[in-house]
Amino acid sequence: MTAVEVRGLVKTYGSLRAVDGIDLTIEKGEVFSLLGPNGAGKTTTVEILEGHRESDDGSVQVLGFDPAAGGREFRERIGIVLQESAVEPELTVTEVLDVYGDVFPRRRPTGELIELVGLEEKSSARVKTLSGGQQRRLELALGLVGDPDLVFLDEPTTGFDPSARRQAWSIVENLAGLGKTILLTTHYMDEAQFLADRIAVIAAGSIVAEGTPDTLGGREQAEATIRFAIPAGKSISDLPIRPVSTANGMVTISHPEPTRALHQLTSWALDNGVELGALSVQRPTLEDVYLQLVGDENGG
Amino acid sequence: MAAERPSDLALIWQQTRYQNKIFWRTPIAAFFTLVFPLMFLILFTAIFGNEEISGLGVTTAQFFAPGLAVFAAASATYTNLAIGTAISRDNGILKRVRGTPLPPWIYITGRVVSAVYIGALAVVIMMGVGVAFYGVNVYWRTIPAVIVTFLVGVACFAALGMLVAAIAPNGDATPAITNATLLPVAFISDIFIVTDDPPAWMEALGNFFPLKHFGDAFRAAFDPTLTGAQFHWDNLGYMALWGVVAVVLAARFFKWEPSKGGGRRQKKREKAGA
Repeated sequence: MTAVEVRGLVKTYGSLRAVDGIDLTIEKGEVFSLLGPNGAGKTTTVEILEGHRESDDGSVQVLGFDPAAGGREFRERIGIVLQESAVEPELTVTEVLDVYGDVFPRRRPTGELIELVGLEEKSSARVKTLSGGQQRRLELALGLVGDPDLVFLDEPTTGFDPSARRQAWSIVENLAGLGKTILLTTHYMDEAQFLADRIAVIAAGSIVAEGTPDTLGGREQAEATIRFAIPAGKSISDLPIRPVSTANGMVTISHPEPTRALHQLTSWALDNGVELGALSVQRPTLEDVYLQLVGDENGG
Repeated sequence: MAAERPSDLALIWQQTRYQNKIFWRTPIAAFFTLVFPLMFLILFTAIFGNEEISGLGVTTAQFFAPGLAVFAAASATYTNLAIGTAISRDNGILKRVRGTPLPPWIYITGRVVSAVYIGALAVVIMMGVGVAFYGVNVYWRTIPAVIVTFLVGVACFAALGMLVAAIAPNGDATPAITNATLLPVAFISDIFIVTDDPPAWMEALGNFFPLKHFGDAFRAAFDPTLTGAQFHWDNLGYMALWGVVAVVLAARFFKWEPSKGGGRRQKKREKAGA
């Protein structure tokens, strides 16, 4: 079963084609991450899926609804976690969850949500007295208050400290475990790597790559990088493989067949009775692949 | 699991309740709506004395209390709805509401009902202080007219408030817009001053805006020289006309999303470089 089905989506603002023919399929129960630089069409795409904007061309189906026309039935089944906390600053945490929760026919109890996001001590504090991170956690709880089938998470952990981030990630993992579908937009590659089943990279209004975190952009076939310190008393010319570069006593080798290269290197080290200090083998990181896909000048 | 949708009435009641809470937790709004108009009554009676105004046959308080009550009711609806709604839009609250199953009309109704309730409270406080401390007379025969005039008047000013919220660029601009409209109009609508023989253009201008009609109809119900039920259908009809035009225009221009490049929130976001 598919949760989201998008074909040939187009949205123009004046002469700018903000979204220029996007196709997307998200399966039920999947954690799908949309990555892309600011202005790439990410937010526009998500807002069309949420029903906040209408598309100019193409077809969109979300949970079997056309989001622009789905109305109340559609909104009863989605949860939106906004990028910016937008709630009445004069109300308390409990009141906000009550007032927004009561509009859903199927809702999660306020106390349970407060516990889930770890705001027990702030439950009767006014929203305007919360720290930025606490407001984001309230935002996360608000996205889940209607027990949605599909959750839109827009930069859910921006401004979190590392432990709050881990906590938020485990909440998202739990949601995925309950069979919820999650559409995540994020700037953090480690977040996408950790949470997403699949990733699509969007640049200049088009999807430029799609895959799992491990295969995105041909990552699994890319050359691996082997790095180690030159053993004492040996020089580069002694090595069985020519290095790509050396700097500060560290050797870097890029190789399409890392298993073979490592075997040669470690055999050489054992035969010569030396240790390859600080040895590491790395695929290009998701961030490397991403920056290459969207062009470094857009990387910010 | 059987999922039961809450009734419209329950949702309106709940929205109204929370809007009321927000009002009471915003001291500046509570002050300007409930206390500020009362200060005029105290000042006017102190300055002019609470004697019978020559030519009108009523005391200072009997004349000014109903007009100031109307001014307070207009502040509660027109000013507060315009500012509150525009700020909520700047903060992204309206956009959030649009992303929930809450029908937009119920959200707006909750805001309006809350504003009308506050307006009623302001009227009761004004007239109550008048009766208790300034010998203002209230007549049973005109109570139905008082209620109907109040409801038509606040409906008109609530519609105008939503119109300002619809066309204001952001929440920062709305206090300027509402004050620059309501206050001068109040001066030519016999709310703060009574002019014996105003210039024709001023009289025409006063008659054009709905506030004078609200004040005249409401004041008539407290005029000891008059008799009868005091329903002034001409004034009520004129206010209803303003209200209908305002509703149509507000619905046409109303936006749920924060405007680009305006508002406190937007500027903060740009500064953060997000």
